Amino acid sequence: MADKTMTIGQAPARVASRVGNLRQPAARAWRERLIETPLMLAAIASIFTTAGIVGVLMFETYEFFQEVPFWRFATDTQWTPLFSEKYFGIIVLLSATFQTSVGAMLVALPLGLLSAIYLSEYASPTFRRTVKPILEVLAGIPTVVYGYFALLFITPFLQQFIPGIAVFNGLSASIVMGIMILPLVSSMSEDAMTAVPRSLREGGYALGATKFEVATRIVTPAAFSGIVAAFIIAISRAIGETMIVAIAAGQSPTLTLSPLVPIETMTAYIVQVSLGDTPYGSLEYRTIFAVGMTLFLMTLILNIISQWVLKKFREEYE
Amino acid sequence: MSAAVPAVPTAESANRSRRYAFGRAFQALCFIAVVVGLMSLAILLVDVLSRGLATLNWNFLTSFPSRFPAQAGIFAAIVGTLWLLVLTAAFAIPTGVAAGIWLEEIGTRGRLSRFIEVNIANLAGVPSIIYGLLGLGLFVRGFGLGRSLLAGSLTMALLVLPVIIINTREALRAVPPSQREAAFALGATRTQVIWNVILPAALPGILTGIILSLSRAIGETAPLITIGALTFIAFLPDGPLDSFTVLPIQIFNWVSRPQAGFHAIAASGIIVLLVILLSMNVIAVILRDRARKKVQW
Repeated sequence: MADKTMTIGQAPARVASRVGNLRQPAARAWRERLIETPLMLAAIASIFTTAGIVGVLMFETYEFFQEVPFWRFATDTQWTPLFSEKYFGIIVLLSATFQTSVGAMLVALPLGLLSAIYLSEYASPTFRRTVKPILEVLAGIPTVVYGYFALLFITPFLQQFIPGIAVFNGLSASIVMGIMILPLVSSMSEDAMTAVPRSLREGGYALGATKFEVATRIVTPAAFSGIVAAFIIAISRAIGETMIVAIAAGQSPTLTLSPLVPIETMTAYIVQVSLGDTPYGSLEYRTIFAVGMTLFLMTLILNIISQWVLKKFREEYE
Repeated sequence: MSAAVPAVPTAESANRSRRYAFGRAFQALCFIAVVVGLMSLAILLVDVLSRGLATLNWNFLTSFPSRFPAQAGIFAAIVGTLWLLVLTAAFAIPTGVAAGIWLEEIGTRGRLSRFIEVNIANLAGVPSIIYGLLGLGLFVRGFGLGRSLLAGSLTMALLVLPVIIINTREALRAVPPSQREAAFALGATRTQVIWNVILPAALPGILTGIILSLSRAIGETAPLITIGALTFIAFLPDGPLDSFTVLPIQIFNWVSRPQAGFHAIAASGIIVLLVILLSMNVIAVILRDRARKKVQW
């Protein structure tokens, strides 16, 4: 780089580098700006993504509510926008999403938390080094594969024990979704537990606590904010999960909490409509954006809560 | 850590051995939880292999879909997945890496940068199907791209962008400040420092992040269904404006059919998909390990 020598008193470019304000010739500052501006625009692109999501959802949802009054969306107890007699009770799809998400959490929470405790408190370093990446593989498997697993392995398996269970049901979708979320819960909780300083554990041992007591009464409470954040993110992942429920839980919107019958979650409904030939601008087309908006708001709120929990309740050591 | 049990058990020692017994039971319970996770993975893989290996042959890899499972293949889906991969990479990598560099090295701690940071953290938590709705409203309808590869890959690029940015920043953060300061002390400008010092050092980490996020794009199904990627396609796309299908959608289509013959070829398709994902992950791990060995701060 052939640079002109700096002249003292020349108009300093406003380039604040990390080591102080170096006075640089204007040409050099220009060149810097020329490179930095596109980089900044790339970063700003992410804001446009958010704006795009909110904009598209809001526009179509607004159009939807021009045709369907909000109170029907909120109070109808049937969901039949694809039939001639149309009902728009979002509660039907919400109940299915609620059921599968709660079911998935019932699987993922205990298994994930116990795995995290084992890996962080009991496992030898070799065991942990081997097992952690294998568990991570579970998180990397495409969700369509989990859908296959739920429909073609878990459901036939369950049918051997539960006579009345339908081919499409919430139970097998919940179980498989729980397995899918397990690595997320376990690795985030384990990170939080590993961050608890050794001195706290040793303090517990010095007071005569057993390993179990240290793990459950010292480490877990100390890592609580991280664990709660992991749970909330896991719930939000379960609510937004699409392929497993679309394949295994069915596509018949039913207002029920029974895990043995076909149901339809919010995400499965979006898939169902997308697979058909819905004309652009029709009411059916707009329903998926109204459902998407509901889904988006729910996951957004959960994500914000989890970030807030992490920040607010973090235990600071040293 | 075993407690010495006295010959005559006192109340205290009985209590203590009960506590230890309880601890051991709990440890066993935790171990079982880990095993359940590992077993699920094993069962899943065994089920896929046992169902799909028999129908996985050269014919399957080079044929188009068909109404008859025995004649159906995944050629169009493989080619579509490769197209999607290349186009998504072309959009997402430059933008993601550039954004990561700006956030970590240039805009650090500014108000704009903090705002973008929060924004990216939230974007990373948005369900993938919502990106599909964005792609449908914006690219398919708004820009009039139709159900094309271009619309699909732009949607996927937006989906993986937050992940690439987050991974790039992590890789940049791993370069010690002393490297930057030394370069600044020699009179380098910020761009020179970034280009000549930081990027080369962070490159393996950035590449690892890119590969992992692209492997996520390959496995995604929901957003592409939403933008209307086809499930039955008997030709190869000629260019970015053609309609397409991808492996996960083809698998979804076969899983959804009632006949066992289609379930078998769905499993074969899953094997192909998993092999592609696995090889991408292996490349990422090798890159990371090489970087670790080479660089010693």
